Amino acid sequence: MSELLKVPTMAEFMAAGKQPEVLFWVGCAGSFDDRAKKITKAFVKLLNKANVEFAVLGTEESCTGDPAKRSGNEFLFQMQAVTNIEIMNAYEIKKIVTACPHCFNTIKNEYPGLGGNYEVMHHTQFLKALLSEGRLTIEGGQYKGKRITFHDPCYLGRANDVYEAPRDLIRKLDAELVEMKSCKSRGLCCGAGGAQMFKEPEPGNKDVNIERTEQALETKPQIIAAGCPFCNTMMTDGVKNKEKEQDVAVMDIAELIANAQDL
Amino acid sequence: MEYLPQLLFAIALVLGIGYFAKNVRKLSRNIKLGRDLDISDNKSQRWKNMAMIALGQSKMVKRPIAGILHVVVYIGFVVINIEVLEIIIDGLTGQHRVFSSLGSVYGFLIGVFEVLAVLVFVSVIIFWIRRNVIRLKRFLSSEMKGWPKNDGNNILYFEMVLMTLFLVMNATDLKFQAMDSGNIVSQYIAPWFSNFSENTIHMIERSAWWLHIIGILIFLNYLYFSKHLHILLAFPNTYYGKLTPKGQFENNETVTNEVKMMMDPNVDPFAAPAEGADATVPAKFGASDVQDLSWLNLLNAYTCTECGRCTSECPANQTGKKLSPRKIMMDTRDRLEEVGKNIDANKGEFKEDGKQLLGDYITNEELWACTSCNACVEACPVSIDPLNIIMQMRQYLVMEQSAAPMELNNMMTNIENNGAPWPYNQMDRLNWKNES
Repeated sequence: MSELLKVPTMAEFMAAGKQPEVLFWVGCAGSFDDRAKKITKAFVKLLNKANVEFAVLGTEESCTGDPAKRSGNEFLFQMQAVTNIEIMNAYEIKKIVTACPHCFNTIKNEYPGLGGNYEVMHHTQFLKALLSEGRLTIEGGQYKGKRITFHDPCYLGRANDVYEAPRDLIRKLDAELVEMKSCKSRGLCCGAGGAQMFKEPEPGNKDVNIERTEQALETKPQIIAAGCPFCNTMMTDGVKNKEKEQDVAVMDIAELIANAQDL
Repeated sequence: MEYLPQLLFAIALVLGIGYFAKNVRKLSRNIKLGRDLDISDNKSQRWKNMAMIALGQSKMVKRPIAGILHVVVYIGFVVINIEVLEIIIDGLTGQHRVFSSLGSVYGFLIGVFEVLAVLVFVSVIIFWIRRNVIRLKRFLSSEMKGWPKNDGNNILYFEMVLMTLFLVMNATDLKFQAMDSGNIVSQYIAPWFSNFSENTIHMIERSAWWLHIIGILIFLNYLYFSKHLHILLAFPNTYYGKLTPKGQFENNETVTNEVKMMMDPNVDPFAAPAEGADATVPAKFGASDVQDLSWLNLLNAYTCTECGRCTSECPANQTGKKLSPRKIMMDTRDRLEEVGKNIDANKGEFKEDGKQLLGDYITNEELWACTSCNACVEACPVSIDPLNIIMQMRQYLVMEQSAAPMELNNMMTNIENNGAPWPYNQMDRLNWKNES
């Protein structure tokens, strides 16, 4: 299957004298994390299916600086930001899509002040747009009637008020969308944000991802849907901790849609 | 002798309002100790937010029980205070119920006040029960011990007493009862006093009247020392609240200047500053004390009414970590008060006291437990942003002290060296394409 993936780079577009419709910002997790790479590929399959002319930066992409900024290292963040902005401005990039809410938030909100102005979309928003433009069709397939709960990523939901795009996509799968007791603007964090992903938690009586997984499991879901590679990791760990991995799958929305179309 | 009550009233009024004005000036000075921040944009949106969030209580009702009870007390407070206007005119001119000439309108107004007084009284009792009998978890956190706990109850006692005095004052006002208009509630209280002589009833009425207005003046002056300041500061605080997406953290300008210098090959880092150029030492990176925070952070701190909605939504706090966003705000206010007193005691100059917000009030452990999820910001009914303070203090820890936890230092070294938080080679970034 993998040889069928078309993943052109910006450099290739440039060499051909062309401009892609959108830049797919893969992000560090999407590039290097084994679980997140599957999300990246699922999303690429959907882009290929919808004949979207996209490109990636490939080896020219670098961390947005989000974990550095949230750790307090504003200096490193801004160094990363201006370097990325320099590259993207040189390629005259106008529109960006990413499957990582942290990259999404940083490029959309924090890059403009440093000279990087782009239209930035989360992949769930982009997929929804493809759908309403008729470029992509979704059928429920294997997920028809399945109980799915959606975990709001903080940097997509509260941080940027995107609550409906991912839910609309789940509904399109003819699945039964069930909400956790804390959802949307009151969604509970998975525990990875603010650079917590990269460190041990402070002493307490529970890990945040366990608390959140318990809330998710209360809805008796067959699938916990996520829209963020870090949430995905945290929830997957939580489900394993509860020894529920046989019954409950943690899947990105892009994977659900790609699988439903047997891509 | 005839004018003695009026004179006493005028003195009480001048003392009460004068002392309050003095403390307001102190409050304003303390807030201005904060770093400058220009918030002059989007005026119409800001007025709208103030109207919705502060005046309209839109975020209070997100929690219906506390929200609706609060709306009752709030409306009661605002409406019953119209009565204070009459009391002041009466007190200064020696008249009695000067507005009663309005006739049925007056009866209607007082009737509304009496009903509200009862509703406020009941709501306040329920609030007291929530704090002291049901003992809701968010009122029992470690930062709520001592003064904050007493403060919360004091306010409730104040309101109980003031509402009681208002109703007793009406019930024992024989002329008012004889009007039989507007005494919706007090007519049922009046019989309690029917065994007393007319003279005694009059004495009770006068006492209730005086205690009521003196109580209000004391309550006004209590504000500055209390979490109850929110009844005033919620308005400016919601006006100046953040309008940009919650996920957008401000870019530190001091750092931007440094980064620009580094990226510009034409800059001579050793050049002497140009003649007349601003040669001040660059501000320190991030915040370790209240003066490093912005004036908005400090206004936030004075506005906080310690309701604890932020803390109860905080994922770190929910899972037993030390971090409590409410404590961040309370610590900021306590330290700011300490700095203010220091300035008062040293003829307007702050004298180094060997203490600071970081370490002496807020510990590193609290700061590192934050997931930056914005739940606290979303939960605050008056647009306070504890996360902004946490992030400024993390900046100080990392950029001034290199005091990040070791794993975070590793993560940052990775980003610096190979453009990802993990030790992977940047040249391998597209390898996923060819992996099955």
